[in-house]
Amino acid sequence: MKLVTAVVKPFKLDDVKQALHELGVAGMTVSEVQGHGRQRGHTEVYRGAEYVVDFVPKVRIEVVVDDAEVPRVVDAIVDAARTGQIGDGKVWTTAVEDLVRIRTGERGPDAL
Amino acid sequence: MHVDGGDTAWVLGSAALVLFMTPGLALFYGGMVRSKNVLAMMVQNLATIAVVSIVWAIAAYSLAFGPDAGGGLIGTLHFAGFAHPETPVPGLHLTVPPLAFAAFQMMFAVITAALLTGAGADRMRFGGFLVFAAVWTLVVYAPIAHWVFSPAGWLAHRGVLDFAGGNVVEIDSGASALALVLVLGRRRGWPRDVMAPHSLPLTVIGAGILWFGWFGFNAGSALAANGLAAQALIGTQLAACAGLLGWVLVEKLRTGHATTLGAASGAVAGLVAITPACGFVDSLAAIVVGFAGGVIGVLAVGMKYRLRYDDSLDVVGVHGAGGLIGTLLVGVFATQHVNGGIGARGLFSGGGVGLLGEQALAVVVTIAWAFAATWVVAQLVQRTIGLRVTQEVEIEGLDTAVHAESAYDFGNVRAGRIG
Amino acid sequence: MRLVTAVIKPFKLDDVKSALESFGVQGLTVSEVSGYGRQKGHTEVYRGAEYTVDFVPKVRLDVVVADDDAHDVVEVITKAASTGQIGDGKVWTTAVDELVRVRTGERGPDAL
Repeated sequence: MKLVTAVVKPFKLDDVKQALHELGVAGMTVSEVQGHGRQRGHTEVYRGAEYVVDFVPKVRIEVVVDDAEVPRVVDAIVDAARTGQIGDGKVWTTAVEDLVRIRTGERGPDAL
Repeated sequence: MHVDGGDTAWVLGSAALVLFMTPGLALFYGGMVRSKNVLAMMVQNLATIAVVSIVWAIAAYSLAFGPDAGGGLIGTLHFAGFAHPETPVPGLHLTVPPLAFAAFQMMFAVITAALLTGAGADRMRFGGFLVFAAVWTLVVYAPIAHWVFSPAGWLAHRGVLDFAGGNVVEIDSGASALALVLVLGRRRGWPRDVMAPHSLPLTVIGAGILWFGWFGFNAGSALAANGLAAQALIGTQLAACAGLLGWVLVEKLRTGHATTLGAASGAVAGLVAITPACGFVDSLAAIVVGFAGGVIGVLAVGMKYRLRYDDSLDVVGVHGAGGLIGTLLVGVFATQHVNGGIGARGLFSGGGVGLLGEQALAVVVTIAWAFAATWVVAQLVQRTIGLRVTQEVEIEGLDTAVHAESAYDFGNVRAGRIG
Repeated sequence: MRLVTAVIKPFKLDDVKSALESFGVQGLTVSEVSGYGRQKGHTEVYRGAEYTVDFVPKVRLDVVVADDDAHDVVEVITKAASTGQIGDGKVWTTAVDELVRVRTGERGPDAL
């Protein structure tokens, strides 16, 4: 099992959710995060005092999937989240050792 | 002229009450937009106060209330820059100084223009809108004010009744808003994307301020501290309440939920509807008018989805529709017992359909001029300096992209530095 | 070392935290996230416009533990967070390659 993590532009969340839904991925966890890559942040000015705010709001999507599904899931996320502009984000995977569905206690691939 | 201290105090106080409505509108609208655009909405409203007040002093007051230039269509520039401040508006026999009247009317022009920020929410250029508001005040607001509010106006001559601005403010802003949003175009992602209010507490506070200020708007339009003002105030209150209940009742029946936004909107809709009528109809009629405003409002706001125009904060549905129903109901409920000075009688007071017919004419003419002239002004601004922001700015949000500010800092990740 | 991640119902946070403390887990990181699984979201209505909000508020816990404790910690969290209703969430573990305590510079299991 793999944890697929994606950091994407907030307005792309709905497209990614749709794409995953179409693949049959039933659920995901989403958090609001701040991102900072090569995309520039912005400047704020308050009565002449200029603040450079490097971080840009992003959304992080996490979903645990079966090993065999990983390439399709990653491709779907990338295609749905891409705009072609700097700041589109990244997707990565990490290995999941153990997974439990809390309601039932099911472990491993049964808990996917 | 005889200046009455009580009347003058009331009119001056009412001017302040009506001015307060525009910051109230900033809160009402601000709470309804997404958080990334709340500052832009508020500063547009603040700046509209600034621009329109000055335009009013320089020329618009004279165009609206100056000596008639001919045909009851527009005033001359005799009062431009508030020249001849001791000279009363021709035909208006008031017990308050002309400047008090001019100041009071200034605030009406301000809030009417400010209403248009709600229609174009989330996508208007700051400078573009301010230029638009200045020109609009001269070309759309002032003429309609002259036709209806000035004794020399051609609609006033025909006996059209509009106590505090059902035509001049409400229908005017509603029809103008429609033209404005057609020129601007729909927001990116509308209506599919979620564009829910980000802070209804702000909206409720704003509604409360509007309600409070409306006493100046309506009862102040009696231009005297007298029984007519008292009737107008009572009617205003009753209509707000009936509007709130009407909107919420329909909501509950249609969707199963009575909402906070619905209650706030219903009160405003009731206030809109009674605006033309409060000095001509009695208290029970005011309840009916307000209720009609609320019911029509909750139904009218759905029009934009069917006709596919993005009137973001429902200026057409609440102000346009409410103003229309209120103006027509004057033709039904006006009674000489409330306003003996005018002595007009509506359908239910034995006056036949004469008044109703004139009210309907006023509605049609106001909608036609407001829509057409606004469309032209908006096109001119869009094609010269630009009225709509770019797509990138719209996506990022107006607050950071246009104003270099963010509204909320809850102490989490900001990580900025001065420089 | 393992990173144990749990996505749970927000009102269960206190129970899970107490259970972990009793087990001997010293600290954890908590974030507010949105979850989307088989639990239905809710509908919101604004002036007649109905929005279906699919995401449900959840809380994410992250805690790094020793390899030997991973299985037990998962059990502790699962028991404390379970209500038996849909939407209880999931717990998973991933391998941690490196861990450092920022204050002291301690590395590896000493930093747990």
